[in-house]
This record gives sequence, C-alpha cells and structure tokens, in this order.
Amino acid sequence: MSAKHPTDGLIGRYVRGGADLPADELWAVEAHLEQCTHCRGRLAVAVADVPEVTDLLTAVRSDLEPALARSVPAPPGRRRIPLRATPAMGPWLAMVVGVSVVAVLLDRVAGWAANTPVVLLVAPALPLAGVAAAWSRSLDPAFELTSVTPQAGLPLLLKRTLTVLAVLLPVHLLAGFLTGVAVAQWLLPSLTLTASAVALGGVVGVGRATAALGTLWTAAVLAPALALGRPFLLQADQLPFWAGALAVAVAVVLIRRHTYTTSATLR
Amino acid sequence: MTLPTGALDTAPRMYTHEIHAAGLTVEVGRRHRAVDGLDLSLGIGTHGLLGPNGAGKTTLIRTLATVLRPTGGDLGLFGHSVRDRGHHRELRRRIGYLPQEFGYYKRFTVREFVTYMAWLKDMPARDIPGAVQRAVERVGLADRAESRMKALSGGMVRRVGIAQAIVNDPSVLLLDEPTVGLDPAQRLQFRSLLQELGRESCVLVSTHLVEDVAAACSDVVLFDQGRLVFQGTSEELAAEGSVDQPGDSPLERGYSALLSGSGHEKSMW
Repeated sequence: MSAKHPTDGLIGRYVRGGADLPADELWAVEAHLEQCTHCRGRLAVAVADVPEVTDLLTAVRSDLEPALARSVPAPPGRRRIPLRATPAMGPWLAMVVGVSVVAVLLDRVAGWAANTPVVLLVAPALPLAGVAAAWSRSLDPAFELTSVTPQAGLPLLLKRTLTVLAVLLPVHLLAGFLTGVAVAQWLLPSLTLTASAVALGGVVGVGRATAALGTLWTAAVLAPALALGRPFLLQADQLPFWAGALAVAVAVVLIRRHTYTTSATLR
Repeated sequence: MTLPTGALDTAPRMYTHEIHAAGLTVEVGRRHRAVDGLDLSLGIGTHGLLGPNGAGKTTLIRTLATVLRPTGGDLGLFGHSVRDRGHHRELRRRIGYLPQEFGYYKRFTVREFVTYMAWLKDMPARDIPGAVQRAVERVGLADRAESRMKALSGGMVRRVGIAQAIVNDPSVLLLDEPTVGLDPAQRLQFRSLLQELGRESCVLVSTHLVEDVAAACSDVVLFDQGRLVFQGTSEELAAEGSVDQPGDSPLERGYSALLSGSGHEKSMW
C-alpha cells in the first residue's frame, strides 16, 4: 500500500467511469481504494454528486428489494444446540449419572461393603462409558459426516470427553461428599482412566480402548475389592502411581495428536 | 449478496487441479480393490461420475472425502497429499460432502442441523448464522428451516444434506447420489444449483442418471470396476455410441458402448 493518496481530481475522474484516465493510473487508483478506508470515504462523498452512479445504485436497490423482502430472516432467540456433545449421548450420560446415584444409595442406605465405598469403586470407571459414547459409530447417526469435518479427530474427541467429565465430576463430588470419600482418591484414577482411554483409542480405536480399560478395572480393582473387602489400587499412598500414569497418557495423546483424524481411531 | 473477500480468496493457487489422483488404489474389506490404479485430475467445474452399481463410485467419493485412506498410489487435494495427516484439518475445511447414506439427528431442526455442521467445519461463529441462512435458501428450504428433521420428507432430507455440504462454501464438493428422492421439479432446481456451484468450485456428483449429467455437468467421468473408462464432455460421450447400441438417448448409447468396450460382461440386469 502506498502512502500517497490519489488527488480529489483523480478520484472525481475515477467516479465518472475513468474513460479519460490511462489504464495504469486507473488500476493504481482502484488498487489503492481497495486497501485504503480513508480514500473509500472520499470516494463515497464524490459519488454523491454524480447522478449516473446514484441512479444506478438506486435502480439496483429497487430491483433487489422484492427478493430481499421474500427471504425469511433467521428468527432471534433460538434454542441453543448442544455443540459439544453428540446429540445421541444424552441417554448414556443419564445412565452413568444413574449408576452414581445407585452407588451412593448402596453406601448410605444399605450400608453395603462397609470397608470399601462403592462410590470409590465405580466413580473412576464411569467416565469410560461416556468417552465410548463420545466417539462411536453406532451411537452417532451422522457419524459418516461428522468424522470427516475439520473438528473431527482429537479436537472433537477432547471436547466431547470434557463434556462427559463436566457432567460427571459434580455428581461424583456430591457422591464423595455424601459418602465421605476423599476427592483425590477417586478423581485422580478417574482422570487417569479417561486420559488412558483417549491415548489407547488413538491406537486401537476408542470403543476397544474403553472396553479394554473397563475390563481391566473390573478385574484388577473391582473384583478384588468386592472379594477381599479392600481396594488395592486405591490406597492413599498409591496416588503418585496414578499421577504418573496420567502424565504418561497425556504425553502419549500429545505426541500422537495427528493420528486421530483417520478412521483407525473410530472402531 | 456478495460475500466478504477473505485472504483465502485472493491467495494465489499453488495447484493445477483441486483433485489429483495418481495410481490411486483403495482396498475395501478383504483385498477387494474398489478403486484400482486410478489416474484422474479434476479442476473447477461440475463433473458427473457415472458408472454401473458396484463400479466403486462410492468408495472413490469416500476416499476423496478423507473417510477412507488410499492403500496405494497417491491422492492430492489442493496440491497436498492426503497421506500427510497433519494437513487433514486444513483440507477438510475446504471440502463439502454428502454421503450416500445421509445420517442425521431427528430431533434437530433444519437450521440447527446445518448450524451444527457449520460449527464442526470450523467456521467462525459470527459467520455461521448468515452462511446457514444462505445454504438453506439455496436448497429452497427457507420456509421449513424451523421444522424438525423427523417431520421432513425424503427429498427434503436430501436437500438438507446438500445444504450442510455447501454451508462452508467448499472448494471441493462431493455429492454421492444427491438426486435420489427428489421430484422432477426439485431435480431441475438442483441442476441449476449444480451449474452455479461448478462455476467457482470443483464439484463431483455421482449419479446413475445419465440425464442428470447431460443437463448439469460440464464433463463426465465414466468409472467401471475401479478404473477410469472415459473422461470428457457429454458431447464426446454421446459420440462414442452408435445406433445399434442399447439406450434411449445418444448419451445412454455412448455409455453402453464404452462399458461393453471396457470388457464389462455383465448382463443389463
């Protein structure tokens, strides 16, 4: 962009069609006008004095008006659509919240498994169900379409996973409060399992990853805890282990972030 | 209505063809080569993809839409190889895609569905309402924009599919059997929309209706058994046929002549 603005005379000749201007000068004026707001303002003032141009603009406007009146404008104040979750995820999230409520009831009312709170056993594994629902061909009727949008892959998977956590964490906070389980004791395993599901999902597919981790959780934590009455991997002194695993999972996701755009992660 | 000119519109093009396939091979299932060593270059214009059922049209379109990955050869979109996965997000912003089986959310209204797709396509939030309105108007559904998807007829659902495909003003538009379920009047409207879109972008329309191609497409790509049989204008396709070939129109006769010439031994049924 040149700092030199065209003179009023030059703009006046440009407005009258530029027939008396050499082609190179005409181009220079036009190129400058495209870049310079100040000179477009001067052009607008100059145009107001030229009846040929104002008549043309009025004619175009009156031609367009019927078409503009016919088009239906977007109505204001519409229902907000849930952008961050698959529209089909609702029932899954409801189910997961329901399981949490049942766990609290078992602990509080039935006084069942007194030395291992049920909330502690199920809370870390529940987000897995939500993650599975977040990226699943069978639960998303528009999957063929959504899986090839620019957001598909890691951005969408993370947004939907965070939606799952955003719904579940308050529920589990309340459940932990009601049953007296320390926050870190379930929150850290919960985040670790979720991050591992996303990391492993990049290799074998999110559906398989959540299934595998769910099975592992049942075999390594849930079953021994129910059988022996003592949760092995959920003691307070094992928290550094969970934190380390979380860090590894997050690192794996970051390193492999480009692999999520392909259909290998969709199984 | 004029669209604001973005940096993308004025940037120099660094490629000759929007779509460039070289020896492209795509295997589906157990070593079934649905696309077999395809060399194809497509630029600005409306290209009709013709071929018998099972020719590999849908596989080709799904590969172009980056749903499937090539198993051999190379595919370039806007001069970038699809093998470079770091580029996928950028490529996908410039693609519009209508799958053969168009799945949708029944409880969404037309406007909500197209808005949702526009958001998934990374469009800036302030541009979305205007772009959605324009896309819905272009497919003639402005008066049904607030209807729920489950209340629409099959042809209307198809038009919503077209609206979501064009909402981001794609440079490559891939439509798999878009005219299925449209009545004759809608089909005429759709053809003129196709011609309009083909002036600025590379549109690939798969269809089994020869007359769609004749009316709306600037050129024809004839595809059989995963291979390119013919690429040229519809006049050139008509010239391939002779009066003794089966078919009701010159185009159909050209189509039958080329398919029988490609060693296609199947019966008409």
